[in-house]
Amino acid sequence: MTTTALPTAAALALGDDALVLSHRLGEWAGHAPVLEEEVALANIALDLLGQARVLLSTVGDEDELAYLREERAFRNLQLVEQPNGDFAHTIARQLYFSTYQHLLYARLAGGDGPFAGLAAKAVKEVAYHRDHAEQWTLRLGDGTELSHERMRRACDALWRFTGEMFRPVEGLDVDSEALERDWLESIGEVLRRATLSVPEGPRSGAWTAGAGREGLHTEPFGRMLAEMQHLHRSHPGASW
Amino acid sequence: MTNTDWPLWEVFVRSRRGLSHTHAGSLHAPDAELALRNARDLYTRRGEGVSIWVVPSSAITASSPDEKDPFFEPAADKPYRHPTFYEIPDGVQHL
Repeated sequence: MTTTALPTAAALALGDDALVLSHRLGEWAGHAPVLEEEVALANIALDLLGQARVLLSTVGDEDELAYLREERAFRNLQLVEQPNGDFAHTIARQLYFSTYQHLLYARLAGGDGPFAGLAAKAVKEVAYHRDHAEQWTLRLGDGTELSHERMRRACDALWRFTGEMFRPVEGLDVDSEALERDWLESIGEVLRRATLSVPEGPRSGAWTAGAGREGLHTEPFGRMLAEMQHLHRSHPGASW
Repeated sequence: MTNTDWPLWEVFVRSRRGLSHTHAGSLHAPDAELALRNARDLYTRRGEGVSIWVVPSSAITASSPDEKDPFFEPAADKPYRHPTFYEIPDGVQHL
């Protein structure tokens, strides 16, 4: 795989998405509703961490990038930095993001751009993440009254973060509009089968989120970074 | 971990083509589809398998320890039932 030619901005954007979501999912360790699901979430987190390492290593030193950058230097979507919330929130975030990531990586893998090699490997991992999120969305949405209500609330709450995924990223050669069309179609279908409706709130414009790619992040991200970085900052260069 | 009412499933993993499925362990899951996925995450994450079966534990009929003697004891002294009188050709791997 030739990785030296990866466009920096795009590699940072995709790498930070994977790194930050990986950390969020890792926060479930020891807290997941059941042991089996804890391992499932940890597996997904590790897949994402592997993708982040490959992507960030092409930009610079992976440890420096992960542990020594300030909040404003991160280029991840605001969606992936949102707190885990309850299990439904985590699943809604997974559904929105992994559907996007799967559609995106499938396109990159099918092209001959600089991300083709990386995407071809990652797309199989991400297909499983997407399946995992869809399976749980169906069960929570079409489950009990309580699980339906919680899943509905989670899908609504995260909806305003979804427009940002389809803004063009420098160096990422994909048709954002077609990507968004496919995403909306897939999400609409899954929500319909889960007896949920597609949230009605705005996804772009003044009242939505969406400046993560420019380095503007939401308030919970600072606390997440502090936890993620404090060990490395307290013991620079430490290893085991 | 909280206790759940999810049923128990037995997991069988085939490690390679040509070998049979072997019992790998058990897990809790709300339904068969998720049991299969949980099995994938718990028992094949280090590349152990090419195929998985999940079976509701309640569907398994097991022999009882009380029946051990009538079930198994009589087979112990019948060496003529063992195929030990054949030469195994070179290159036979799974015997």
